[in-house]
Amino acid sequence: MTFFLQMLVTGVVVGSIYGLVALGFVLIYRASGALNLANGEFVIIGPYICLILMTAYKIPFIYALLITLIFSAVLGLVVERLVIRPIQNAPVVSVIMATIGLSSLLGGAVHMIWGHQTRTFPPVFPQTPINIAGVIISPVYLWSFIVVVLLLVIFSLFFKFSKMGIAMRAVADDRQAALSMGMSVKYVYAATWTIAAVVAAVGGVLLGNINGLSPTMSAIGLTVLPVVILGGLDSVLGAIVGGFIIGVVQNLAGGYLDPLVGGGLKDVVPFIIVLLILMLKPHGLFGSRRIERV
Amino acid sequence: MLHVNNVEAVYSKIILALKGMSLHVPEGKIVALLGSNGAGKSTTLKSISGLLSGEGGQITAGTIEFQGKKLNNITPDVIVKNGIFLCMEGRHVFRDLTVEENLMAGAYSRKDRTNIKADMEKIFVYFPKLKALRSRKAGYLSGGEQQMLAIGRGIMAKPKLLLLDEPSLGIAPLLVKEIFQIIKRINEEEGTSMLVVEQNANVALSIADYGYIMENGRVVMQGKADYLLSNEEVREHYLGIGKEEKNYKENKVYRRRQRVVW
Ligand SMILES: Nc1ncnc2c1ncn2[C@@H]1O[C@H](COP(=O)(O)OP(=O)(O)OP(=O)(O)O)[C@@H](O)[C@H]1O
Ligand SMILES: [Mg+2]
Repeated sequence: MTFFLQMLVTGVVVGSIYGLVALGFVLIYRASGALNLANGEFVIIGPYICLILMTAYKIPFIYALLITLIFSAVLGLVVERLVIRPIQNAPVVSVIMATIGLSSLLGGAVHMIWGHQTRTFPPVFPQTPINIAGVIISPVYLWSFIVVVLLLVIFSLFFKFSKMGIAMRAVADDRQAALSMGMSVKYVYAATWTIAAVVAAVGGVLLGNINGLSPTMSAIGLTVLPVVILGGLDSVLGAIVGGFIIGVVQNLAGGYLDPLVGGGLKDVVPFIIVLLILMLKPHGLFGSRRIERV
Repeated sequence: MLHVNNVEAVYSKIILALKGMSLHVPEGKIVALLGSNGAGKSTTLKSISGLLSGEGGQITAGTIEFQGKKLNNITPDVIVKNGIFLCMEGRHVFRDLTVEENLMAGAYSRKDRTNIKADMEKIFVYFPKLKALRSRKAGYLSGGEQQMLAIGRGIMAKPKLLLLDEPSLGIAPLLVKEIFQIIKRINEEEGTSMLVVEQNANVALSIADYGYIMENGRVVMQGKADYLLSNEEVREHYLGIGKEEKNYKENKVYRRRQRVVW
C-alpha cells in the first residue's frame, strides 16, 4: 500500500509538471493551429541557464530562477518574431516544420554548449523527507506541486479576467472577429509564445531539481504529446487533467510492471493510453468539437 | 464625419469588388447602405474598418477619410482606436466565450477601463434577454440572441461610428423590428453615428436619415430615406412592393389553390 501511495504521489507531481508544459503546447495550438515540436527544447534550456547561474556565478536559486524566466520570455519572443511571424500566413504544416528545425537547432546548441553528461542541481529545497501519513515525500516534490498548482491558478485567473487573457481566447476562437474588436493578433501571438516558453522553463527547472539535468530531458516534448492529445489539443483544462492522468499511470506502470517486463514500459504506456482514449473519444477528453450553431 | 471617395477594392489581386464607391456618413446620423447580393456592401464596410487584408483583399484606389484622417492602409486595431467599429456579417460572436466575456472583448480597445461594468449593465438594459444569459457560452445562444450580443459588443467599444453588416440576417421579422428600434435608440442616446448594411431595405430605411443603393461595386442611387421609400423604382426593386405586389398576390391565390388540391 505504501509503495502504491509512493508511486501515486510521484505520479501526481510529475503529472502536474507535464500539465504545465502541456499548457504551453496547447496555447500555441489554440492560437495558430500549429504543434510546437520544439517544446522539449524550451523545457531544457531554462534549467541549464538556471544551473549555470547557480554553480558558476553562485547566484541564489530565487534570483537565478528569475533571470531564467526573463531569459525564457525573451527566447519565446525572439522565436515568435524571427521564426514564426515571417511564416504566419503559410500553411500550418510549414509552421510545424519550422518548429522541427528549431528543435534541432536548439537541441544542438544545448549539446554544444553544455555537453551530454547529466548534471545535478545544487540542493535548493530542504533535504529531509517529509512523512505524510506513512508516505515519504521529499520536499522537492511537495514544492514542485505547490508551484505548479499556484501557476495554474494564476493562469486560469489570467484567462478569465485579464484583457490579454480574453484576447488570447478570442483570437483562438475567431481570428477575423478578434481583429474587428481591434485586438492585435501580433501581440497575442507574441504573448502566447512568451507564456509557452516561460511555463516550459518552470517545468524544466522543477524536473531538473527532481531528476537531474541532461539533454535527453527534451524527450518530455514527446511525452507531452500524448498528454495534450489525451486532454484534447485545444483544451487548457484537458492539458492539466491529461498531465495528471499520464503522470500517475506512467508511474504506476513503471513501479509495478517495469520489473516484470524488464523496464521501458514507462515510456510506452502514455501512448497506449492515448490510443485507447482516441478510439473512444476522437477529440480527446476535453477537446472541442466546435460549437456549431448558425 | 466619414467620407468614402471613389474607392476601388480587389480580392486576390483580380476580383474587382468595388469600382469607384463613394459615400458619406454625417455625424450623429444613420445611413443605410442597400443593394442586392454581391453588390459590394460588405466589402465597403471591410474597406472602412481595415479588415480587407485579412481576407486577401486590398484597396487599390480612392480614399477613406474619418474626421479628417486618412484611413487607407491603416491596421484594424488603429481604426478601432480611432472610433470605428464593425459588427461583422454573420454575427461572429466568440463561441467559446461567455456573453459577459464577449462584451469584455468588445471593450478591448477602450481607454476608460473604469466604466466598463456600468456600460455592461447598460447593454443589459438595451437587451434584457442577454442579462439572463450573461454567463452562458455565446455559441449556445440563438441566432437572434447572438445578433444582440454582436451589437452589444459594438456598443461596449463606445465607437463614434458603428458599422452594422446585415443585423437582420436570419432573424424573425418581429425581432428585426425590435433590433432596429434599439439601434435607433442607441443612435439617439449615445450619439453614435451608424452605417447600416441591409437586405431588408424597408426596415433599414425606416430608421435611417439617408440611404445609398449599390449595384456592382458602386452607388447607383441615393437620397433621403423617405425619398427612397417613396421612389417607384426603389419600391419595385428593393422593397418588393409596387408592381410586383400584384404578382405576389396572384401567386398567393395560385398557391392557395394548389394547397387545396394537395
Ligand atoms: N474574400 C473574398 N475573396 C474573393 N472574393 C470575394 C471575397 N469576399 C467577397 N468577394 C466578392 O466580392 C463581391 C462583393 O462581395 P460583398 O461581400 O461585398 O457583397 P455584399 O454586397 O455584402 O453581398 P451580400 O448581400 O450577399 O452580403 C462578390 O462578388 C464576392 O463574390
Ligand atoms: Mg454582405
